[in-house]
Amino acid sequence: MTSAAANEVAAYLKRRARWSPLEIAFWVFAFATIWLFPGKYLILKDTAILALFALSLDLILGYAGIISLGQAAFFGLAGYFSGLVAKYGIINEPLLALIASGLAAAALGFVTSFLVLRGSDLTRLMVTLGVSLMLGEVANRYSNITGGADGLQGVDIQPILGRFRFDLYGHNGYVYCLIVLFICFVLARRVVYSPFGLSLRAVKGNPLRAAAIGIPVKWRLVAVYTFSAGLAGLAGALLTQTTAFCSLDVFSLDRSADLLLVLIIGGTGYLYGGLIGAVIYKLLQDWIANLTPQYWQFWIGLVLVVIVLAGRERMQGWIAAARGALEDATARVAARPAKFASDRQ
Amino acid sequence: MLTILFDGVAYGMLLFVLACGLSVTLGLMNFINLAHGAFAMAGGYCTVILVNRLGVPFALGLPIAFLVTAVLGGLFERTLYVHVYAKPHLDQVLFTIGLVFMAVAAVDYTMGSSQQFVQIPDALQGQFNVFGIGMGKYRLLIIAICGLLTIALQLMLSKTRFGSRLRAAVDDPRVARGLGINVGAVFGITFAFGSGLAGLGGALGAEILGLDPTFPLKYMIYFLIVVTVGGTSSITGPFFASILLGIGDVAGKYYVPKLGAFVIYAIMIAVLIWRPQGLFARSTAR
Amino acid sequence: MKFNHLLMAASAAFALAAASGARADDIKIGFILPMTGQQQSTGKQEAAAAKLFMQQNGDTVAGKKVELIIKDDGAVPDNSKRIAQDLIVNDKVAFLAGFGVTPGALAVAPLATEGKTPEIVTAAGTSIITEKSPYIARTSFTLAQSTVPMADWAAQNGIKKVVSMVSDYAPGADAAKSFAAEFTAKGGQILDSITFPLANPDFAPFLQRAADQKPDAIFVFVPSGQGGIFVKQFAERGMDKAGIRIIGPGDVTDDDLLNGMGDPVLGAITAHIYSADHNSPTNKAFVDAFKKANNGMRPNFMAVGAYDGMHLMYEALKKTGGKTDGDSLIAAIKGMAWESPRGPISIDPDTRDIIQNVYIRTVERKNGELYNVEFETFPSVKDPIKAAEKK
Repeated sequence: MTSAAANEVAAYLKRRARWSPLEIAFWVFAFATIWLFPGKYLILKDTAILALFALSLDLILGYAGIISLGQAAFFGLAGYFSGLVAKYGIINEPLLALIASGLAAAALGFVTSFLVLRGSDLTRLMVTLGVSLMLGEVANRYSNITGGADGLQGVDIQPILGRFRFDLYGHNGYVYCLIVLFICFVLARRVVYSPFGLSLRAVKGNPLRAAAIGIPVKWRLVAVYTFSAGLAGLAGALLTQTTAFCSLDVFSLDRSADLLLVLIIGGTGYLYGGLIGAVIYKLLQDWIANLTPQYWQFWIGLVLVVIVLAGRERMQGWIAAARGALEDATARVAARPAKFASDRQ
Repeated sequence: MLTILFDGVAYGMLLFVLACGLSVTLGLMNFINLAHGAFAMAGGYCTVILVNRLGVPFALGLPIAFLVTAVLGGLFERTLYVHVYAKPHLDQVLFTIGLVFMAVAAVDYTMGSSQQFVQIPDALQGQFNVFGIGMGKYRLLIIAICGLLTIALQLMLSKTRFGSRLRAAVDDPRVARGLGINVGAVFGITFAFGSGLAGLGGALGAEILGLDPTFPLKYMIYFLIVVTVGGTSSITGPFFASILLGIGDVAGKYYVPKLGAFVIYAIMIAVLIWRPQGLFARSTAR
Repeated sequence: MKFNHLLMAASAAFALAAASGARADDIKIGFILPMTGQQQSTGKQEAAAAKLFMQQNGDTVAGKKVELIIKDDGAVPDNSKRIAQDLIVNDKVAFLAGFGVTPGALAVAPLATEGKTPEIVTAAGTSIITEKSPYIARTSFTLAQSTVPMADWAAQNGIKKVVSMVSDYAPGADAAKSFAAEFTAKGGQILDSITFPLANPDFAPFLQRAADQKPDAIFVFVPSGQGGIFVKQFAERGMDKAGIRIIGPGDVTDDDLLNGMGDPVLGAITAHIYSADHNSPTNKAFVDAFKKANNGMRPNFMAVGAYDGMHLMYEALKKTGGKTDGDSLIAAIKGMAWESPRGPISIDPDTRDIIQNVYIRTVERKNGELYNVEFETFPSVKDPIKAAEKK
């Protein structure tokens, strides 16, 4: 690679990595929800966790092209991990437990990544699914430790940093989840806009060609899979910590499948897809489930079928167009006070 | 011991009839149809309505269940599935999961949520005892029907004109198209037939697997395991995979009841690590 | 058939529309039930019974309007907990009720304590639930209530060797343990205790294992809704012909499914708290009204649990004069007694658990339909597990 090309790539990455006004607006709004919707902390908290979880899938699906139905394996492992360490008083500080759980999930991700690298889409789907189902069976088998089908009872989570208690209204829980989500997002963003992220895109586009130009395809995939597993684990640990409970359901197929839906609704490969998808999905589900507690699955199903038939690309086209328009608008709004100020002088 | 083997074979055979349609559609169009179980459920409920409510004899109920689901499958294929073939796998997964959700809720709405049972004739209840091996009459019937079906399918694939077209289309759809084979039509017929088989399996299996609105979700994983373990290029692969899984599952539950479903997931992962394309895959260009 | 469902849906929609006009001082009752997933038949029965109660008894208590909120948790305890929190914080419900499975009820217990909201368990049947919070009361049953009389009866009636088969979760463990303790104390023998996963497709291998040990009877517990397939496969194995009997708590011969099970289930002996066949005017009226409102569906013990749960909540509200703070409500609940469709019942003031008659029944054909016909009564049974702890 000549130095001119390298400079060009560096400049490109720098340009891409700049925070756009729209992104800033997004996060300002996200944090503003803490004060805007005080009665909705519970659903907001669930949304934040789902968004983090979806972000983890987006990293491997949107940036590395790995279809997975097994993210729940990491989610669940870390969920049980954080629950168990709290229950038996091994790590009492939630933050430390959270990080440890994330690392545990990442370790599992590293080990299983070698299984996932082999085979076609279908094989991947099945292997990832198989791993999470097997873990579920293990948790069920050792019910003396995990509580089995009864769930992990008696988890007592200490206040965060010894100060912030998880209250009944879910205020501290939500703020905690939102901050973790933001930090993880920034991390993921760094990764994606680094040369590493760029090489992942090359691998997704054409693994053979990527290997031919000297990208170590296998290790890149292992790395991103491990990272993604860690993020999924953090999401799982957050769920356990904020609900002080964990059950076999964390490993279920539904959880992984829901995640795919979230990403599809929000779109893949631009990091915000998981976040936006999570918000829409949660609102939709909450709304429909309130209307018909028994038959809400039908409408979710219908939405999916229609999305696919109408064309996901087209929908994402609309989202992209809307984003472009919004970006213009915010840029103009952001520019105006400056212009106004300069006019005054 | 042999009774366990017998039960395992019957269970495996049932899985095969349920899943073989899926394996063919997957091999043929590279299409992941998670809604396959919904057709099986349709067959099951169809038999329940026919036999229990309308008093149709059980022996007649089975072929009707096959026909109804086949027609239903063909209808769905022509109207909905055709639009999704060309889309990426992700879309296919979503689309078919959506269909499953809708089917589950729709059946719950129309038929109620409790388990349904087909009233099977008295002659099929009970057990034979041959040399100390207890063989359930109904399971024997399942083995007989499924065994015959397997032979018939194998013959159809290897001896008939349609069979050779189908095999050609599975091996390389582009070349097959070039040779003037109407791959779309071949696929439509195969899809309908596969759905019909699933319907038949659902009708036969209602007695053993139970039948309630969550059927497609409960068994989707089993079908997929059969298909991935067996490979998608022939029907012998899924056949042996089904038998293997059936015996593995039943034996596992008999000897180590606490482990439950763990055994078959372990079998699947082991096989897939060893042969990522399935046990009986030929190495095709694709 | 379909039309009826449409009507039901329409009326439900109407009820919802009416409910949305609720005022702030209305009393809200939040039912958390599995309306989807494997346990959905429980949710359906409970919701239907709760609605029926409101239909019959009006929607005003102590001068206040009562609103029923039904939420689906799919029998997933995470969901139960989240929904319960939402109901407490945002809807400010006076009562939480329902809980199709034990894990859900247990998960919500800490919230009931923290939010001081009474949790009325109308389905789940593990003994320990009521001990997990001073705000929990139960109108369903505990498994030991059925299994201990069952064991007594079996030991007195020539059953010596039993294999127990239960689903692998807390109620299953309770059932197996309490049965085994009582049965062996009375001189019986447990040959093997088999547990199988809660979500279980095929009972064949487990049944085979049981059959190979040649017991006099199989003691079985499966959650409401799964009994049918068990009985079918039991008969398929020729175990009924081999003289092996089915005994157990009444979940396996669930009224809801009994008719579909066919002849093999005839003669199964179960001990339970409710049968749709229970001979009392209260029950006849309840069964008729329930069938009429629900398209011929027969109420089962889940339905009666919810029906009595509603009764309990209404009466508690009457007693407090519409006051909805948890402490006065739970105080009002303690010791309450009334005549339920299942017979006379009361709430134990010490444990907040239910005291009720347990009946030994056998499955018989009556007017072309299968029923659990009661033939022996164990009056006013307290939860044996808690009673034993006290001693």
